[in-house]
Amino acid sequence: MSRPNSLLYLDGVSVSFDGFKALNDLSMVIGPGEMRAIIGPNGAGKTTMMDVITGKTKPDTGEVYFNGVVDLTGEDEASIAELGIGRKFQKPTVFESHTIWDNLELALKGPRGPFATLFHRLSAEEEARINELLKVIRLGEKAHELAENLSHGQKQWLEIGMLLAQDPKLLLVDEPAAGMTDAETAETAELLKDIAKTHAVVVVEHDMTFIRALGVKVTCLAEGSVLAEGSLDYVSANERVVEVYLGR
Amino acid sequence: MMTSFLFRTLDAKAGVFIAILLAVIVAVPCFNLLVPETSSFHLPTYAVTLMGKYMTYALLALSVDLVWGFCGILSLGHGAFFALGGYAMGMYLMRQIGTRGVYGDPILPDFMVFLNWKELPWYWYGFDMFWFAAIMVMLVPGVLAFVFGWFAFRSRVTGVYLSIITQALTYALLLAFFRNDMGFGGNNGLTDFKDILGFDVQADTTRAGLFATSGLAVLICFLICRAITKSKLGKVLVAVRDAESRTRFLGYRVEHYKLFVWTISAMMAGIAGALYVPQVGIINPGEFAPANSIETVIWVAVGGRGTLVGAVIGAILVNFAKTWFTAALPDLWLFALGGLFVAVTLFLPKGIIGIAGDLMKKRKSTPSKETNDTSGPSATKTPDPEPAE
Repeated sequence: MSRPNSLLYLDGVSVSFDGFKALNDLSMVIGPGEMRAIIGPNGAGKTTMMDVITGKTKPDTGEVYFNGVVDLTGEDEASIAELGIGRKFQKPTVFESHTIWDNLELALKGPRGPFATLFHRLSAEEEARINELLKVIRLGEKAHELAENLSHGQKQWLEIGMLLAQDPKLLLVDEPAAGMTDAETAETAELLKDIAKTHAVVVVEHDMTFIRALGVKVTCLAEGSVLAEGSLDYVSANERVVEVYLGR
Repeated sequence: MMTSFLFRTLDAKAGVFIAILLAVIVAVPCFNLLVPETSSFHLPTYAVTLMGKYMTYALLALSVDLVWGFCGILSLGHGAFFALGGYAMGMYLMRQIGTRGVYGDPILPDFMVFLNWKELPWYWYGFDMFWFAAIMVMLVPGVLAFVFGWFAFRSRVTGVYLSIITQALTYALLLAFFRNDMGFGGNNGLTDFKDILGFDVQADTTRAGLFATSGLAVLICFLICRAITKSKLGKVLVAVRDAESRTRFLGYRVEHYKLFVWTISAMMAGIAGALYVPQVGIINPGEFAPANSIETVIWVAVGGRGTLVGAVIGAILVNFAKTWFTAALPDLWLFALGGLFVAVTLFLPKGIIGIAGDLMKKRKSTPSKETNDTSGPSATKTPDPEPAE
């Protein structure tokens, strides 16, 4: 796929920390509306890749384009989020001393400037949208409880809900099933598949059952670059993937 | 629109606080001015001034609570903004002395005549007018905070590092204001004030008026702080405090939010300083001392961080204790203050307001303990150490 009709376009991206190459000439293209799963051993550069896309880390070399035209390397986190890239962290990160409702309200798409928020009043549509999201993430009953009282899995879901509230074009989801029970994992896979109908999603995950449940194209990273790309069966049959990641 | 913005967030608890504050604002001057001196209910003027001073401290504490309690910016340099507001007011009061000074110069304050200065420095222009001084009281701390914050927050200086540079800021100003060449009276500062707006600063009525003004300033700033913290902007501030990078990834420009409250807070501290100076009758570089700023943080911690009401209560109680202690057991005060801070940090992380809230919850939940157990854990909020995945 060429750059103009891609949603996310990474070409020859390298990042090094004190001589350690976290990303080494990484190239990858995500199409509009595509769902992609990313696998790879620890230290393969999965999280660094997300840091580069979301503006937390600047690449040493290489191109990162969003929507084919916007150069992400020149933008900061806030403007990249405004462009329409949402991110879920590996460790669920929600605002613990806010209620679930407030967490969603803060994430909800809308003007982000201090003066806009100072005089903001919740509109009926916004309220309806939050209620809708509460249903999707199944936390309706707990809407007015503090987020710190949620279980680990519920926090993961709340964070996904916050991502949806942002209504991004592209969701970057880092290990959504970590620390979940098998039943929760299956439900999360269903939820993500649902989301993928209307959004482009990039999921980083270690759980192979989860990846299989998603049933999408898989990219395997190792040592900062792409090792193999294709269907899960194709990638898991790759000799090198078996060697560095799946094990024999 | 502004009034609805200020009042729409009020609830019963805030109402009680405002009612008590209003009652004090009215009662203190009454007991001083209307009750005859022979009566045992008469409140001596020194007590009115003392309480007026506490009110200005309460306002300073409120401004610290706004940035620390809600946005997590631990400022150890708010005394600088307080002192700058104080100096702006002091300059006005100096210009009001006129020919009544020791040297009788109609324009130059005594210390300038003493230093053999022939002309008023340019930055003293305009301070003979109250409205100009009143603007400067907010503008000078505001601009300094804006410039300081612009660089600090844009460079993402946070936590301990930010606290240290706020200390450096106030210390640098302390050293600068000690210099005679600065034109602010050096070591001695500004003092010997006569009039404010044509009223004798020593008169009982002026004292009572200054007290009431300080009380009203606390009230108005409380309403502003509350409106800010209860708005969506306030929720963003708490989000920044708890998970700064998450807030960024949601698309909020964290530095703009910090800059906004930081500047507002500095302006409030400036107003506090301006009300403090005519009541104590002097402003000198000692007000910039880093220890002052640290003490303010202790008041807020004692009262309860992030509660606004707590900041006011903490400031008044600790200073009341200080007044009593420094008279009764002067040598022990610093130990008491240090001990208080340690005790509060260890045992009362949510301050006085925190225990009051817990007690009320306990009383409410005791009768229906069995049925109410499901909502129990919300009362005990120890952060559970969650293993990172």
